[in-house]
Amino acid sequence: MIEKRPVILLLLATAVIMVGTVVTMIAPFRWINDPKLRIAEVKPYTPLQLEGRDIYIREGCNNCHTQTVRPLLADVERYGEYSKAGEFVFDQPFLWGSRRTGPDLARIGGKYPDAWHYRHTADPQSMVPRSNMPKYAFLERPLDTSLTERKMKALGFPYAPADIEAVKGKSELDALVAYMQKLGSDIPWRKEARAAVAGELKNPFQDDKTVLAEGKEIYGRDCAQCHGAGLEGGIGPSLADIDQPDAELFKSVYAGIPAGGMPAFGETLGKDRVWKVVTFIKYQKRH
Amino acid sequence: MNHQEGYADDVVKGFLTWSIIWGVVAVLLGVVISLQLAWPQLNLPPYLTYGRLRPIHTNAGIFGWGIGSFMALFFYITQRLTRTRLWSPGLARFQLWLFNVVIALAAITLMLGMNRSKEYAELEWPVALLVVVLWVIFSINIIMTVIKRKEEQLYISLWYILAALVGVAILYLVNNVGIPVSLTKSYSAYAGANDANVQWWYGHNAVAMVLTAPPLAIFYYFLPKSTGVPIYSHRMGVIAFWSLIFMYLWTGAHHLLWTPVPDWVQTLAMAFSIMLIAPSWGAVFNGYFSMNGQWHQMRDNYLVKFLIFGITFYGLQTLQGPSQAVRTFSAFIHYTDWVPGHVHMGTLGWVSLVLFAAIYYVVPRLYGREIYSVGLANLHFWLAVTGQLIFSITMWIAGVQQAVMLHATNPDGSLHYSFMETLIELYPYWHGRAAGGIIYFVSLLIFVYNIVKTTTSGKQIQVSS
Ligand code: HEC
Ligand code: HEC
Ligand code: HEM
Ligand code: HEM
Repeated sequence: MIEKRPVILLLLATAVIMVGTVVTMIAPFRWINDPKLRIAEVKPYTPLQLEGRDIYIREGCNNCHTQTVRPLLADVERYGEYSKAGEFVFDQPFLWGSRRTGPDLARIGGKYPDAWHYRHTADPQSMVPRSNMPKYAFLERPLDTSLTERKMKALGFPYAPADIEAVKGKSELDALVAYMQKLGSDIPWRKEARAAVAGELKNPFQDDKTVLAEGKEIYGRDCAQCHGAGLEGGIGPSLADIDQPDAELFKSVYAGIPAGGMPAFGETLGKDRVWKVVTFIKYQKRH
Repeated sequence: MNHQEGYADDVVKGFLTWSIIWGVVAVLLGVVISLQLAWPQLNLPPYLTYGRLRPIHTNAGIFGWGIGSFMALFFYITQRLTRTRLWSPGLARFQLWLFNVVIALAAITLMLGMNRSKEYAELEWPVALLVVVLWVIFSINIIMTVIKRKEEQLYISLWYILAALVGVAILYLVNNVGIPVSLTKSYSAYAGANDANVQWWYGHNAVAMVLTAPPLAIFYYFLPKSTGVPIYSHRMGVIAFWSLIFMYLWTGAHHLLWTPVPDWVQTLAMAFSIMLIAPSWGAVFNGYFSMNGQWHQMRDNYLVKFLIFGITFYGLQTLQGPSQAVRTFSAFIHYTDWVPGHVHMGTLGWVSLVLFAAIYYVVPRLYGREIYSVGLANLHFWLAVTGQLIFSITMWIAGVQQAVMLHATNPDGSLHYSFMETLIELYPYWHGRAAGGIIYFVSLLIFVYNIVKTTTSGKQIQVSS
């Protein structure tokens, strides 16, 4: 019997191992690459974005960040529309990750202005004091572009000689930020969020001083990094003397101003807390 | 005795020495990265950041400590079960040398940021090629020894050893296919969702072929050796063996639940993960039933204590794993600290406890000396179990707490907590985990001290093997 035939044992074990392998690993090659799953808007990486992606891999950002939004309420509200197979066809390797020590980045593109990324990557704690993300200020050094063209060729991505020229003289951080801004932004999901504010907008906390403390806390945590601790402005404009109706402020904060780099806070803060921070801002103006 | 029988044991000693050294490095790095999560100022860019050190930790743990010890113990077990001298001790000596070169290169290249990013297959292609060479010469040596054997019957341990040899080879080759751009950079040959599916077919079966089959081979050999009574049922071992290696390969996609990988692949993975409980517990029961009438040895025999706690953690691990493979539970704990809790019950509880027992058994016999201190071995045991339990339990609580917060919603349907609010709550647990890790590290140092003292000043004896 097999107990006495090591070669047969080896062959049989190999055959047994191959059954599940064929069904769940080899066969799906056909289904996963189904042309029906392709998405026309999803474009390959430009040379600068590809270099940025390689820096992401080199620094092991994927040890703390995932890149796939699951079709679950909490994921979709926190990170944006759920991920589709067709969005990853140019990802060699995939970077979905297995651990969310930090937030998912599948849809980080367009969430923040470039300036936010430059400051945050170099010194995360200056923006988010209790973050445990390492400081990557050293990425301000020049990008090594000696392999850029070979990389584009190896992956078969289209490029013009001018694109390769354009990469020269950039820093590693430039490349990384370009990659961040591309992530998840090929499909036009962000614009739709704007339509979400509907119905009559009336501040339920108008002149209600009891919510000021909470409004201040929210401001310090979510807004100060861009609008300054004293509302004096920074990456975003000063809010110190803003003269707009509550409803307008509410709209800017709830739905964001995607084109200008103001993130939407509706789904993470909810209506009530947005009204509270609006109340806080208006109160500062008057005092 | 051993020399009279003519077994090639010098190379076993060599592999044990180096696997223990890499084990100390792995655990030390584990402590370092656990501290970095709690205190980010401990990141020293560019080389010593969390993102670069974490893969070195996992590689040193799985390849340096795990596979290094397996190589030592496979050489030891195979020679004895076949009653045959190793086919080529010279090749084995070369293998030891190559092993250390590969692990050192892995650590250096990962620190420099040369990283393919696929978990447990991070090494860039030149280093990965050396790994292949290493595995081929190892396999040839073991297989040739088995073919030339003097003992006709193949004991169950040898089945697991042979399966692990082919299993690892297939997995590693397929998942490492890449497109090289330069000596230090390559891209995966597969893209997107497909790459993910290949990767987790590999990743989960690395658990099967590296963190399950080899420790089982070692367990099946050293439990009867330590208790002095045979294993309960060879037949049960055989049935569990075939169903285990059949079912494992279907389950990779339980790492990809709710992702864009096709639903049917996920569903198959979920179903087979649950079925895996049967063969896994086949081994656990085989271990427990072998203890019939021998349970008093849990008190007086420290080797048995390590082995039985080890198989118990394996049993818990193989109940927890399948539950994580269920979509609804996965939706909750996937991506959270719960998973490192699971991982380290397996690596620190199951794999390492079994390895400690085997090393405590083997070293006195190889050096012809009694163990230096049974008291220290017991202390090692209790500290290791305490450290591991602190690690896993804090992480399970942390994972559930973060999951609850991440999913909490307000009456209007918006989310109740921002991501940072959930992260801040994790710091106390991360402090606890670091403390557990330090306790485990101390236990490891006690183990090393005990082993070194045994080889240098343990009482000289003649023990039979
Ligand atoms: C130790 C884990 C860790 C590592 C490594 C890490 N991050 Fe982070 N990252 C975090 C945490 C935690 C946050 C959330 C707090 C914050 O914004 O700093 C975060 C936030 C971010 C954000 C903002 C996400 C959002 O939606 O607000 C971006 C972008 C980001 N990280 C990019 C990177 C990049 C690029 C790298 C690699 C160079 C990296 N991170 C490495 C932990 C990490
Ligand atoms: C990532 C940086 C960033 C963060 C964080 C941020 N903002 Fe903004 N915000 C901006 C930018 C940039 C603009 C300018 C957009 C434009 O007008 O094109 C802006 C515009 C605004 C406006 C409209 C100002 C005007 O003149 O019309 C309001 C109101 C506002 N932000 C409030 C907030 C509040 C409240 C928070 C916290 C909940 C916040 N912002 C967080 C960057 C940010
Ligand atoms: C006491 C010792 C150890 C400590 C303190 C420790 C700590 C850690 C930490 C902090 C992480 C990262 C968790 C995260 O992503 O949030 C990790 C991951 C990991 N460690 Fe350890 N570790 C230890 C021992 C080991 C050993 C001995 C092994 C292997 C034999 C091992 C294998 C792994 C693996 C495979 C992962 C990746 C887990 C995943 O991807 O979810 N660890 N460890
Ligand atoms: C029946 C047996 C098992 C099943 C079904 C199982 C299932 C799982 C599942 C579903 C995950 C993914 C968790 C998530 O990310 O949400 C996981 C992770 C993991 N398991 Fe298990 N497990 C089993 C046994 C083991 C054993 C014995 C070990 C040995 C150490 C182990 C080590 C790991 C590791 C290292 C990971 C982390 C992978 C990563 O994300 O990098 N598992 N397991």
